[in-house]
Order: sequence, then structure tokens, then C-alpha cells
Amino acid sequence: MSKKEILRIVDLHKSFGDNEVLKGISLSLKQGETKVVIGTSGTGKSTMLNNINMLIPPDKGHIYLEDVDVTTTHDISRIRQQIGFVFQDFGLFDHLTAKGNIMIGLTKVKKMKKSEAEELAMFELERVGLQDFADSYPAQLSGGQKQRVGIARALAMQPKLILFDEPTSALDPELIGEVLTVMRDLAREGMTMLIVTHEMGFAKSVSDEIIFMENGKIVEQGPPEQLFNNPREERTKEFLFKLNELYGEGGA
Amino acid sequence: MVIDKLQLVWSSLPNLLEGALVTIKLTIAGLGLGIILGLPLAFGQIYGNYLIRGLVSVYERVLRSIPLLVILFLIFYGFPNAGIKFSPFIAAVLGIGLRSAAYQSQIYRGAIQSVSGTQMKAALSLGMNRVQAFIYIILPQAVRIAIPPFANEAAIVLKDTSLAYALGVIELLRHGSYIIATTFEPMTIYLTIAAIYFIMTVTINTILGKLEERMKIPGIGVEGGSR
Repeated sequence: MSKKEILRIVDLHKSFGDNEVLKGISLSLKQGETKVVIGTSGTGKSTMLNNINMLIPPDKGHIYLEDVDVTTTHDISRIRQQIGFVFQDFGLFDHLTAKGNIMIGLTKVKKMKKSEAEELAMFELERVGLQDFADSYPAQLSGGQKQRVGIARALAMQPKLILFDEPTSALDPELIGEVLTVMRDLAREGMTMLIVTHEMGFAKSVSDEIIFMENGKIVEQGPPEQLFNNPREERTKEFLFKLNELYGEGGA
Repeated sequence: MVIDKLQLVWSSLPNLLEGALVTIKLTIAGLGLGIILGLPLAFGQIYGNYLIRGLVSVYERVLRSIPLLVILFLIFYGFPNAGIKFSPFIAAVLGIGLRSAAYQSQIYRGAIQSVSGTQMKAALSLGMNRVQAFIYIILPQAVRIAIPPFANEAAIVLKDTSLAYALGVIELLRHGSYIIATTFEPMTIYLTIAAIYFIMTVTINTILGKLEERMKIPGIGVEGGSR
């Protein structure tokens, strides 16, 4: 595979006070790849995603979006436009409709004409199955619908890569499926995605590679079949065993 | 008997309304000064460094802990000792405005901070800079949140302008006392003055309540903002 490398992270470090959250993370993502980051809470998965678009700047290390070093760029807003971010608690703008949420980045950041922005917003809403909710406000939507708007908003910016920070963790169980379906479609369409999630069934079936993180380090990474069925590291085995105990075979 | 009283009210009205006009001017100027000073104070407290946050806290705490009448006397009678002299009207506006700024800064701070942090992060992640994120995302929501407490503050300021009486500003209450001095009818005149204050306060709350209703975000219940 000689596809273009979209994201490359080299030796990423981040501490909060005395607490070293990331202790040298390196990974890369090629165009069209979906990688899923798993691991117990508090191992720095979220921090790593927030480092990538500099919402939380790292202490040390480099992050390359294609050829640009994100950590040293002078125009971070320009980089952020090219990196979609989907939040655990949605981050929808409460005073704007679903359509307005998508349009505001297009009109204010990309300086797109209002009519063009509206057309694109409607296209993206249709893509996530919410064309009938274009004029609804976030408070009028279910959690699953909110997150689909969040995904549509990221998509509309036509990013090179989308980061998902536990996109289904704040959802009621019966609403998780609709969000995962949208993400599955995106993976199939060749979107480049880095996903932090606890949905193991989804991780298994969608990802090109699983990255298992613990205590600020990557313990093991590999194709899902290998990592789930035949993990190399003892810690990975223990983690998967604990998951099986919790959720039964294959996880949730 | 009742007819006499009504006649007195009627004949006093032109003078009282002239005073009410001064009361309205004091209210608008005091609130205006409160907005002009209160907003930067709120920004200082949210986005400022340790020193700025500390200074704003001290200002806010001090102004909120002194009776308005004392503030007014300090400005009008005290400041001339330091060579700073104001007319009664200006002194009243300064005192009312400086104190209202302390209260208003807390209204704006609360309103801005109650817009979730994730929305700021989401705006930045779309490629907005901090100023854009504030203007397009935080501000429109903060304004809506600030309307009910602002209406409350406006009503308080309106009523507290009566303290300007003590500096000799010829506002509603003082016009009334002039009339009482010649008619010896305190009950009738003070009741009329009370009614005029009541109508003005209710009007402010009604207008701001309507504004709040009009700006309401569908799906978010902000019922009964008036008080």
C-alpha cells in the first residue's frame, strides 16, 4: 500500500502538572484508513486527539498533517479547518438550527456564499439521514441525532481527516446504533478517521487497525483480527479479558 | 373630598412627570455606564491574568458592599476635598453607574461562562479564531441568558435613582417633596409617586420580558423571565 500519509504523530508527550498523560506516542494514518484507539479511561486517548488539532498543545513531539507540522504552524485555524472533530458531548451550537450549525463554519471560516453553504449543509444532513431536521434546534433533537449533526458539521468542512472522541459514550444504548451506522458508512466511503471508542464490536468490524493504549503509551497496535484473537502483549490480553467479562464475547 | 385629591393629583402630574423624565435619564445613564464598565470587568474576570482577575474581584466586592447612599455622598461631598467636583446629576450617574457595573459584571460573567466549553472547542475546531468563536457562538447565547438578570438590575437601578434626591438632583421624588411643601398632602403625593415608579418598573420588565420571549431558542424553556 503506497497511499498518501495523512497524519503522522512522532513521540508525543503531554503532562498536566506532575501527571504525565502521554509518554511518547507515535502513530500514522494513511488516506482512507480508519484506526480505532482503545484502552481504559484516563490513559490519554482524549488528550492525544486534542493534541492533534492543538486544542490542547502537546509539550513535546511533532504532529504532521500531510507535510505541515501542526505543532509549529503559525496558522493553526487553517490546519483545524482540515481536521474534523466530533465530541463526546456533541458541542453543537445551541442557538443555531441543525443546518445553521453546519453553515456557520462554511460562511464564517471558509467564506462560502450563504446559498452555497446551505446547499452543502443540506447535502451533509441527507448523508447522515437528517434532512427532515434541518430547521430543528439542538434542544429539539435526540442525542443520536445531535451527534449525527456533529458529524455532518465536521464533514461539511471537507476535512482530510476526522477525529472522533468517544462519539457514542454520552448516548442512550438504543441511540448508539444510528451513530455507528453513519460512521461505518464513512469508513466504507474512504474517509480517513481516528476514533477513540469503547464500542469493541464496531472497532472490530470497521477498523483497519486497533491501537491499544495504556498509561500514556501505545502497548500494541495491529489489525483487529490479530489484536482481538491473538494479542502479543500480556496487558492487551488482560484488557480484552476484562472487556469480555463485562460485555460478553466480542464486547458491546 | 376624593374629588379634591384627584384634582391635586391631576394638577401635580406635569411637575411629577418632569421629575420622572429626570429619573428615566438617571436610569439610562446609570445603566449605560454600568454596561460600558461592566462588560470589560466581566472579560477581565474571565479571560484576564491573575492580577486583572484579582483587581476586578476587589472592585466588585467593594462596590457591592457599600450602601449606594454612602457611595453617592463620597463622590459628591468627598471628592471635592481631592479637587474633583461634579454636578449633582453627574455625581448621581457616576455613583449609580459604578455600583451597577459591579453587579452587571457578575451578570455578564455568569452568562458567558454558562455557555458550555465544548461549544468554544467546537468553534475552534472548525477553524474559527477566538474572537470569531466569541462573536458568533458565545455572545448570541450569553445575551439571551443575561436578559432576565439584566431586567432585574434595570428595575433596581430605576428605583435606586430616588437616592439622587439626597444630592439635590431634581428627580421624581424631589419634585414630589416640592409639591408637598406647598400643599401639605404627603399621602396623596407619595402615593402618586409610588404609582409612577410602579408603572415605570413594570414597563421595563415587560419590554425586556418581550425581548427575552422573542429571542428564545426553540426547545430551551426559559419561562417567566419577568419579576
